[in-house]
Amino acid sequence: MTMLTRGVATRTRRTVLGIGALAVAGAGFAIATQARAEALNVVCWGGAYTKSQQEAYYTPWEELTGHTINSIDYDGNVAPVKAQVESGNVTWDVVDVELSDAIKLCDEGLVEVLPLEDLPPAPDGTPAAEDFIEGTLHDCAVASIVWTNIYAYDETKFPDEKPSTIADLFDVDTFPGKRGLRRFAKANLEMALMADGVPAADVYDVLSTPEGVDRAFAVLDRVKDHVVWWEAGAQPPQMLADGEVVMATAYNGRMFNAMAVENKPFKIVWDGQVWDMDLFVIPKGAPNKTLAWEFIKFATATEQLARQAEWISYGPARASSVPLIGTHAEAGIEMGPHMPTAPENFQNALQNDFLWWADHADEMNERFNAWLAQ
Amino acid sequence: MADATPLAPAGPPADDILRTRDGVPLKTTLRRVTRRQRLIALGLVMPLLVFIVVTFLAPIGMMLLRAVDNPVLQTQIPRTVALLASDWDGQGPPDERIFATLAEEMIQQYKAREIARVGTRLNYEQSGLRSLITKTARTIARRGTPPWKETFVAIDDRWGDAKTWGIIRQASSRYTPSFFLAAVDLRLDWRGDVVAQPEEKRIYGLMFGRTLWISALVTALCLALGFPLACLLASLPLRQSNLLMILVLLPFWTSLLVRTTAWIVLLQTEGVINDLLVWIGMLSDEGRIQMIYNQTGTIIAMTHILLPFMVLPIYSVMKTIPPTHMRAARSLGATPARAFREVYLPQTLPGVGAGAILVFILSVGYYITPALVGGRTGEMISNLIAYHMQKSLNWGLAAALGALLLAAVLVLYWLYNRLIGIDKMKFG
Repeated sequence: MTMLTRGVATRTRRTVLGIGALAVAGAGFAIATQARAEALNVVCWGGAYTKSQQEAYYTPWEELTGHTINSIDYDGNVAPVKAQVESGNVTWDVVDVELSDAIKLCDEGLVEVLPLEDLPPAPDGTPAAEDFIEGTLHDCAVASIVWTNIYAYDETKFPDEKPSTIADLFDVDTFPGKRGLRRFAKANLEMALMADGVPAADVYDVLSTPEGVDRAFAVLDRVKDHVVWWEAGAQPPQMLADGEVVMATAYNGRMFNAMAVENKPFKIVWDGQVWDMDLFVIPKGAPNKTLAWEFIKFATATEQLARQAEWISYGPARASSVPLIGTHAEAGIEMGPHMPTAPENFQNALQNDFLWWADHADEMNERFNAWLAQ
Repeated sequence: MADATPLAPAGPPADDILRTRDGVPLKTTLRRVTRRQRLIALGLVMPLLVFIVVTFLAPIGMMLLRAVDNPVLQTQIPRTVALLASDWDGQGPPDERIFATLAEEMIQQYKAREIARVGTRLNYEQSGLRSLITKTARTIARRGTPPWKETFVAIDDRWGDAKTWGIIRQASSRYTPSFFLAAVDLRLDWRGDVVAQPEEKRIYGLMFGRTLWISALVTALCLALGFPLACLLASLPLRQSNLLMILVLLPFWTSLLVRTTAWIVLLQTEGVINDLLVWIGMLSDEGRIQMIYNQTGTIIAMTHILLPFMVLPIYSVMKTIPPTHMRAARSLGATPARAFREVYLPQTLPGVGAGAILVFILSVGYYITPALVGGRTGEMISNLIAYHMQKSLNWGLAAALGALLLAAVLVLYWLYNRLIGIDKMKFG
């Protein structure tokens, strides 16, 4: 231990000496490297979303603390967390997961219980528990963003009448062409029911009956032969850009990125959106548990959440972040109107019911897979 | 034959036993030497043996065990399980004692944050039990009081239903057939009878059938394409055949992912082939053919990828057939077709058998290519196994499906051995 401290001190001293004349700047650097630099493995969904986290969380944190972050991409499938914890060989420190997964992992004791009272308050002193939007703080998970499932279409493919409601996604007669849908029961069933005229508030009640499920699948039947299925979030904008499909469901931030940064002629239809949130969890027995929690506290502070919203159009989980959001960091667009929660976008919106899915995911996915294969 | 006198010792020949020079019976010495050689041989293959056991046999054994292993309820709520098995007649809800035991164990598990495992396990049998268990545990851990029966039923009616308890009893045996049953579209109902899955959930029979069909088709296509190619390779002069051989081997050495992605580039609706067909006017721009993300895509890509596995064994067998056989047949009056059919073809069969079984077995377990280009109709059983390993986390079902796939391959191997004989298989 002393050897180690001395080694680091020597190195630090050398660094400071090396910087020489820049002593003032060097002092800050020396403080930052006082503690031994450690690497944190942070797992996120890749593409434009990971980039927004890189800009808003990872880089500022690395600069502030001198630790490094290894960014790992995944497709939102939490099986590795289970595998790592059960085999006792945990390599992921922080994972960005969907709400239903966060609850499931927490219930099964696969992620750490977090001391939520340590979360920093808002700049005006509002405690974190009140600052975070209702439902975004959980025993084992802290939310960072609110995102939503929408569908978008390629404007050049519809010169005359343009799709405007969720029903149009499933109407291949009026709007012919291939659709891109996520290869998963979640969100597809809800969208199908809303397209069939079920009000957002009743969707899960209807889905809880066998007739309701049949009804949802009957709507999906209408497009079955016109669908290209996707699995990773980066795929749908790519499929639209390639002309493989004319419209596709997607995470709204990915489509926003394609439109704002890559100037693609896409348009988002907000009607019938199914919104959800992403949360940070720490797998049980993570190698750098303490540091991981420090990172989560930093990343979900008011300022950082607001910065992230300037890189991708996902809503921050803290109320105090909203007034701080400016224009997009690269494209310079006002972000407000592109947020899923903007009033004109939030007309016919449904929150993903994580409790319903915790119960029915196995059954629905089983049926969905059988339906796909037939 | 005088100089054939045995190298017997000069000492007194006590009996008829052959001895070495130092008097030890020859048999003993021989045994000693061969034993030492056997030990050395064993020592030499030991690393391989350990490697095979650790990386091959043990995982397969563990997989087979997982397919029937069912420890959750036994470890999480052991006393309830035991009481249900011994003291409940299956008619109506059980008595207060069982409710009380379950309440006690649930509270304990809730505090240890393990109760959801019970819920997850039961949810495989009946959707909705997951939330029933967590909801009940949460409620009684906070403010639960006896009589437990009333408390439970007040939380949810389902606790008063014999069906719920039947499912718990059903799911509690230490080893269970339910994963295997699920893997063949059957299930146990709460009374313990085997019933068929509802129509809209049957998938595995279909997928096993499709896997076998695609594998057979790919094997047939590989044979149809590979046999003439191997024939050509074997009969051309060395220089040309070497060049052709490189053309066969080059894709073989290329990464599978690269080859699959290359097919995506070629076959997609906005891809090279469709563009070309539209350009020469064979297709209209709206009438582009869907050749990928369906069964066609899987079959084309797999045939291409597996072709070398067919060509190489056939080629190496053909190389050993002397050209004089055909010439002899012709000179004895056979037509070229007959000479080929009766003289050449039978001699290539060991290579054809080897190639066919190799391609078929590889196809049965194919995973990455169908996942990338198979879309909805071109998926195979391995993709479902991967789904249960990675997404649904139902490892028991994944193991059962894997075990059935293994069994299917072993049956095929046995059939092959009965029909053709495995000793006749030749890779070269």
